[in-house]
Amino acid sequence: MSQLIRTIRLAFKSLLLHKLRSGLTMLGIVFGVFSVIAMLAIGEGASKQAQEQVLQLGATNIIVRSVKPPEEAATGSGGARVLRYGLTRDDHRVLTRTLPTIAGMVPVREVTQDVRYLEWTLNARIVGCTPEYLEMNHLALASGRFLSDHDERTRGNTAVLGYETARTLFPREDPMGKTIQILSRAYTVVGIMNERMASAAVGGSLSGQDYNKDVYIPLSSFQTRINTNDLIIKRTSGSFSAESVVYDQITLKVADRDDVLATAEVIRETLNRLHGSKRDFAVVVPLELLKQADQLRNIFNVVLGSIAGISLLVGGIGIMNIMLATVTERTREIGIRRALGARRRDITQQFIVETIALSGTGGLIGMGAGLCTPLAFTGIKYFVTNYIMEPNSATSDMSRMFLEMTPQIAMWSLPVAFGFSVLTGLVFGVYPARSAARLDPIEALRHV
Amino acid sequence: MKLAAELVDLHKYYDLGSVQVKALRGVSMEIPQGDFLSIMGSSGSGKSTLLNLLGGLDRPTKGKYILGGKDVAQLDDDELSAIRNSLIGFIFQSFNLIPQYTVLENIEVPLLYRPGYPPISSKDRNRCLDVAAKVGLGERLDHRPYQLSGGQQQRVAIARALINDPEIIMADEPTGNLDSKTGEEIMEMLKALNAEGRTIIMVTHEPDVAQQTKRQIFMKDGVVAGHGIFQG
Repeated sequence: MSQLIRTIRLAFKSLLLHKLRSGLTMLGIVFGVFSVIAMLAIGEGASKQAQEQVLQLGATNIIVRSVKPPEEAATGSGGARVLRYGLTRDDHRVLTRTLPTIAGMVPVREVTQDVRYLEWTLNARIVGCTPEYLEMNHLALASGRFLSDHDERTRGNTAVLGYETARTLFPREDPMGKTIQILSRAYTVVGIMNERMASAAVGGSLSGQDYNKDVYIPLSSFQTRINTNDLIIKRTSGSFSAESVVYDQITLKVADRDDVLATAEVIRETLNRLHGSKRDFAVVVPLELLKQADQLRNIFNVVLGSIAGISLLVGGIGIMNIMLATVTERTREIGIRRALGARRRDITQQFIVETIALSGTGGLIGMGAGLCTPLAFTGIKYFVTNYIMEPNSATSDMSRMFLEMTPQIAMWSLPVAFGFSVLTGLVFGVYPARSAARLDPIEALRHV
Repeated sequence: MKLAAELVDLHKYYDLGSVQVKALRGVSMEIPQGDFLSIMGSSGSGKSTLLNLLGGLDRPTKGKYILGGKDVAQLDDDELSAIRNSLIGFIFQSFNLIPQYTVLENIEVPLLYRPGYPPISSKDRNRCLDVAAKVGLGERLDHRPYQLSGGQQQRVAIARALINDPEIIMADEPTGNLDSKTGEEIMEMLKALNAEGRTIIMVTHEPDVAQQTKRQIFMKDGVVAGHGIFQG
């Protein structure tokens, strides 16, 4: 044991003799270990972000959305150019009655319309929903109250504003109690939502949602005032088309997390039966997305891990190169040690320990650098937002995902990366060390 | 008289591709304990090969070399290393100190490779200091070899050769790189060690250095061509 400590001490001593050379050799390992930790941290951060978004959607939620079917189904009833599709009251009723595992259900109707207050206008998303909407989407109120059952029953003309909506329409006033206009109808503001991070698109079946530009009104009011008879008529340069949708979305909350996947399956089958061949709905299960996010992270880790592994390999080759040069340079020292009684394995041990000291130190430095990943990432983000991207154009999902992501250092990656640096030293140190030990002592002593 | 080493018809051949070089062609001799032997001869006479064999750095092709009661030809590499470590002390013409080590650390090197790797104790440390003092290196223990004169470096090498208290000291032209005055000092030191009872085998080509030893042999073409005993 004391022998090993002595060897390690001597190894560092030899390395310190050539500080620049040792430092440069170490760089390869430093970068290798740094990139292992940094890349895993970025992968972990991205996956955590995805997971958070899924959890915002609600891990126990099942979202059923109306989907506009492909063109062939567009010939509505009796030649009338009314496109009927999506979830119906029947669907809602059947689901309510047949699913015992459901704790709650919110049907939603939404449309994008201008909202006005005096001279201020905002093109907002008008959401017709029931009071449960608040809880199911994990929204929080900043002031006032959310829609009540009373509002829903009486088709009340009440509205709750999203954070951004409130700020745009009421830059200088308190919106509470004021009256806003949607399609010439008046609504009284009864509540304002907290700011909420937009959720990016998940899994391709659910587009990104920005809750901040919402206006919430009772579903019953929506259905009587905004799209009477479920019809929304669009005029486009001379022709007009009409679409009839009863609900844009029904969010179901499952009581027990274990039942989510089974319930989703039942919902899919039920709706398939009710809709026949019409593919005009989609079932989104955040819990399934969570599993996809996990898989994605694993793929990420493997890909990034291999890239980092390659840089460790390159670093290892650099170390081997230097150690071979060192062995040649110190041939005479090896001869002296052999003459004074060092056995072959003493020489092997000396050079392997020296290589590991080199790569291990590099590993430690790389670990330190890796711990600074979040800091470096903040710097990169600052640079990107200020010099590369226009401040307001960061709207694509990818760039938003990048900008809102924080690298999460995976604690397990620290010992793993350090272990790999030591292993690299061991693997690439064996050959130079053995060639040192194989030297003939007489030849080595004669070496100039 | 007890023998320190015994050589019986020792041969050493080197294979250089197609050519076989016969460096030693049957050397026999007895080296009693306490002997001070100098080996002379021109280059290529086989004297260096003989010293390497005697020092346990190499094994003979043929013949017997009994050292410390064991036939060296039968030993494996590890056992030879152990013999070099405990039975033999080396002194070289070019000193052969380890450049990155201090004087004290250079003296300690043979302690690192003792059989069983015992840790360096305070007793060992004291012995290092004693040996250093004995060869006249009282102060410069934390110096590096390049900060020392040739004579001082050779003193470090002698201290290093003595640290494991070996029976036999192998000296390969120990005065070859030194001026005559310093060489004289080194020879006095070797004579003192011989007077303590240590066997010393020295290769040299300087007759006046060889004259100071108890016994000389002359090598030629791989065999002992002549020898004589002079009183030191």
